[in-house]
Amino acid sequence: MRPHGKTIVEKILSSASGMDVYAGAIVTAPIDVMFCHDGNRPLGAEVFDSYGAKHVCDSKRVVQIIDHAPSSPTESVAKMHAYMRDFAKRQGTKLYECGEGSCHQLITEKGHVKPGNIVIATDSHTCTHGAMNALATGVGVSDLTCGMITGSLWFRVPETIKVELKGDLPKGVFAKDIILYLAGLLGANGANYRALEFCGDGVGNLSIEERMTITNMVIELGAKCGIMPCDDKLRAFLNDRVEGEIEGVAADLDATYCRIVEVELDKLGPQIAKPHKVDNVSPVEEVEGTPVQHAIIGTCTNGRLEDLAAAAAILEGKTIAPGMTLIVAPASRSVYLDAIRCGYIETFLKAGASIAIPGCSACSGGSYVGIPADGENVVTTANRNFKGRLGNPNSYLYLASPATVAASALTGRIEDSRKFVR
Amino acid sequence: MEMKMKGKAFVFGDDINTDYIISSKNKSRILDRKELATKLMEDIRPNFYDEISKGDIIVGGENFGCGSSRETAPIVIKEAGISAVVAKSFARIFYRNAINIGLPLVICNTDEITEGEMLTIDLDEGYVEKGSNGERIPVAPYPDQVKMLMSAGGMRAWLQNAGYIERS
Repeated sequence: MRPHGKTIVEKILSSASGMDVYAGAIVTAPIDVMFCHDGNRPLGAEVFDSYGAKHVCDSKRVVQIIDHAPSSPTESVAKMHAYMRDFAKRQGTKLYECGEGSCHQLITEKGHVKPGNIVIATDSHTCTHGAMNALATGVGVSDLTCGMITGSLWFRVPETIKVELKGDLPKGVFAKDIILYLAGLLGANGANYRALEFCGDGVGNLSIEERMTITNMVIELGAKCGIMPCDDKLRAFLNDRVEGEIEGVAADLDATYCRIVEVELDKLGPQIAKPHKVDNVSPVEEVEGTPVQHAIIGTCTNGRLEDLAAAAAILEGKTIAPGMTLIVAPASRSVYLDAIRCGYIETFLKAGASIAIPGCSACSGGSYVGIPADGENVVTTANRNFKGRLGNPNSYLYLASPATVAASALTGRIEDSRKFVR
Repeated sequence: MEMKMKGKAFVFGDDINTDYIISSKNKSRILDRKELATKLMEDIRPNFYDEISKGDIIVGGENFGCGSSRETAPIVIKEAGISAVVAKSFARIFYRNAINIGLPLVICNTDEITEGEMLTIDLDEGYVEKGSNGERIPVAPYPDQVKMLMSAGGMRAWLQNAGYIERS
């Protein structure tokens, strides 16, 4: 007799491990997709080799992506890139090259992940793939190497916080504002060791790209993963991308949650995370008018086509404020191409923006793009505003939606995106 | 993994993220671990590396090691000679990474630990003893899976013991 129903993460880990488990249990489960990028030393490939391992468990399940420093800005970075290429050749594994895009965008875009999958990668924002109704979580290189060698990894089955999104976002308010609001509400430690399960009619109203923006940032609340439901929108998104049947995983009605949070989307306004913590969130009005010198649109949080569309709609026919810089980094090469076709890139260039190499450009200081000077303020669509995150500990980072960033670029001050959306 | 440690306490607050432990810029620029270790906590406590001696202990509040998944963070702490990190709670990826590379993490109430006091940690007995007044703070027990990895000495040794890779 079962004690009670299961959450999505309990179902995925029960099914994968072949055990009937609930929150608190520890299981070993096979990994469906595992990937490593160039942002961390040692690389997964280096640790694998240093362990004396010979062959990856399954070359189809292992992927490498060169995204964190796509311009190969230093000799040491170039050396890492060369190592990754050599490893891919030796092991027969897929490698996405410099400029193809950020790991999370590519892994989704190219159809590596299906509902019910377990995904690990050496990047804390691996939780993005929860938008595919999968269990996706960040790990370090030792855990990834364990996965590459054995095909499996141990997991503690997390407790789940249910997040019910109700209604529809008002004009000028975006998915980024939802997850920033949640970061402020729950705090940087609010979901540590836990899963977030998103549900409610509000999720159905969000596009897959918007859902990815939300799941991308659940790590900023400490969460192990954030999982979106499998609905018709997700099936339509995945149909052309993945092979085989799509079997979604839904929670049981009598599943147990450690906390339930409701967000009424209709009442939400633009949010902003102030320096130097992602949970230091307030409604944008609180800092409206704060001078900014740099604006950045991109990263795995907000570099997708809809994000660029929202920014282009505000920048169309206008130019950014004197003394401002605006960097736009499309999340992938195919997003870049689509943005060219849609005319967004022309809009950005005419407005005075620079277009950066697709990938993690201008997200962390490790990309060597857009490092601010002492005392400068940056408004960015990235997911982290830690002191020094963009390479200079004496600068100040504000996190906001692409619309807020575009509007702020026009005036050189932090703006309320609602006033700029036509 | 070492079960008994003694060193001076260096106290940090809540939510010490892995970018603070070692910045993105430094971790991609510097390949040599010894040189990288000199940059430990650079952005929030310049010259921290010069203040510490071998065996010293980092003390945190809640959510130590949050943010990026970089395993470089515990690697650099260990390389700098820190013998353990004591905190009220750890971010989960950092926790796994530290255990995997053999850096002891200790979960206990750190409210009363003061900067510069000598700490004695005994993980077999399960306490952190404060040098200032001899008070013993109980340590949260480790889950079996973590104990197994700790007693093996980290992920590599565990994979060797399990026969997945050869001993070198």
